[in-house]
Amino acid sequence: MEMNKDTMLDLYRQMWRMRSFEELAATEFKAGKLQGFVHVGVGEEASTVGVICQARLTDYTTATHRGHGVVLLKGAEAKLMYAELGGRATGLCKGRGGSMHMADLEKGILGTNGILGAGAPIAMGVALGIKYKKLDDVVFCYFGDGQSNEGGIHEAMNMAGALKLPIIFVCTNNQYGMWTPLTKASANVDLAKRAEGYGIPGAAVDGNDVLAVWESAGVAIDRARKGEGPSFLELKTYRYYPHSVGLPDPWRPKEEIEEWRTTRDPIDRFGKVLMAQDVKQETLEAIEKETVDEMQEAFNWAMQQPFPDVTQAYQDVYTNLAVEGRTV
Amino acid sequence: MRNMNMTFALRDTLRQEMKRDERVFLVGEDLRQGTFRVTVDLHKEFGEERVIDTPISEKAVMGAAIGAATVGLIPVPEIMFADFFTCCFDEIMNQMAKMRYMFGGQCSLPITLRMPCGISRQAAAQHSQSIEAFLTHIPGLKVVYSGTAKYTPGLLVSAIRDPDPVIFLEHKKLYRDSADIGDEDQIEPVPFGKACVRREGKDITLVATGAYVNDCVKIADAMAEQGLDIEVIDPLTLFPLDTDTIYKSVEKTGKLLVVTEENLRGAWSGELVSIVAQDRFSALKKAPIRVGALDTPIAFSPPLEEYIVPREKDIVQAIMALK
Repeated sequence: MEMNKDTMLDLYRQMWRMRSFEELAATEFKAGKLQGFVHVGVGEEASTVGVICQARLTDYTTATHRGHGVVLLKGAEAKLMYAELGGRATGLCKGRGGSMHMADLEKGILGTNGILGAGAPIAMGVALGIKYKKLDDVVFCYFGDGQSNEGGIHEAMNMAGALKLPIIFVCTNNQYGMWTPLTKASANVDLAKRAEGYGIPGAAVDGNDVLAVWESAGVAIDRARKGEGPSFLELKTYRYYPHSVGLPDPWRPKEEIEEWRTTRDPIDRFGKVLMAQDVKQETLEAIEKETVDEMQEAFNWAMQQPFPDVTQAYQDVYTNLAVEGRTV
Repeated sequence: MRNMNMTFALRDTLRQEMKRDERVFLVGEDLRQGTFRVTVDLHKEFGEERVIDTPISEKAVMGAAIGAATVGLIPVPEIMFADFFTCCFDEIMNQMAKMRYMFGGQCSLPITLRMPCGISRQAAAQHSQSIEAFLTHIPGLKVVYSGTAKYTPGLLVSAIRDPDPVIFLEHKKLYRDSADIGDEDQIEPVPFGKACVRREGKDITLVATGAYVNDCVKIADAMAEQGLDIEVIDPLTLFPLDTDTIYKSVEKTGKLLVVTEENLRGAWSGELVSIVAQDRFSALKKAPIRVGALDTPIAFSPPLEEYIVPREKDIVQAIMALK
């Protein structure tokens, strides 16, 4: 496919921004500076970047529990995200949400989600709203292979198909639902084939090839914008970290993880494509370093932010109804 | 004023709000027909874009409502029988109720979830339940459950105009109840958190919900002939709850009876008794009594169903114990 070099370099940068964000989050979580659960998507950058970097500001997305990358690349500010991960008052959601409830509605980011598969019915509803308002925006609905067996995913895909809604179902198939491999979770591991059951187009794509992802996502987006209905993309990829940072990871063969890291890494692969087009290695290294610095600066800012006042514990439960706090 | 039964009054209220605001739409299963006829034929007036028949997928119905609300619409989803809320409880409890709070107040979700509830026509264990305790327990939700036809349409107006998620419970027996309601397009909102004193009295405070409100008024009228003066209160909204009216009544009577169709263990009625005991203990002259269904599922066979939910004689017995 044709793509100009500036766009390609930007994709490369966005992949590094996601990885640098996630690596720093993982490091600082292990160092005890971030709390809760942190699910990082290191290794899955092509499947995120190749789709969400085509979104317009007015498009919408839902994200999964492993959704920092989607949130960041749909336009949320890294420093506000780190502040949210740190439970700070100035975090993206005032510190009330954390990693699994991180939203930025002005940017069309409807949140990471702590309930697997729960983003799909909501994303479908957003698509219904877009159609209702006769706009040509689209919705990206991310989920993983593990979530693909949740009922809500099926209900949402079926209804989106029936109502021809402008939504792209993006399945990041990293081949494991927590510790259980997809081969144990389903008799049909070719998830893209499920699309046929809902009467919508499905495509299985090498999720570590950012250009292949870009191309297939482009077709799906185009179709949704034209009012032709939903599509399903299965992006085959891998995560390098355990399900959640700090958890044991005894069920995936070490050699398998190593093989994906060393021979199929999405950033390495795209770097080689760029170098074959005469981009200098120093240019790529400079991009990497810039994103590491960007995230470090954002993190440092976040760690200087105050924790919320306890009165924030009982705000925003309702829009027009006060909830009482404690008396002592 | 027009005299209408609740089926048509609620339908007329939906029509009024859909005419008033283009953002209001209905979504649910078989709405064009309307299982209880509340939504029947509204699609002819507003189109199938605004009266959306969905697949039989409750999670999708609620997801549709939540997603559409986040982009500025005002959905009125219907779950055909309240019992089916279990099929979309995640959407209700973990998504809809919490979204505003979790996201730091970035959004309001003006959703009115209508659900027919309670026993009617021997619908058996999965089509007859009272689910208010599950819902009033959840921070982020408001719960309307009117037993007073005169106010039910106005409460629906308020629910649709409210910025937050509202659960609107409709007892199936009350669809046949009728009342004078406002003229076309002039049904006024009835505020949340304001109870209705259906019958004033000085001897016993009787708080009832749903279909038991009318029954309890009748019983109270009959007991008046025996010299007992019972005050019957319909809270109308279970949350927010008008504690002022209930407390004032208990201060007057010193006695509290709560009659609901719920099975008693973990019921909403227990919450009411506990807050009265905590906040107005010194006003109470006798221990409060709750009358509710047995702690069983609802049975199918008519004599069994009738035995399981509170009967007139159970309510009278409780009144006599408080006398």
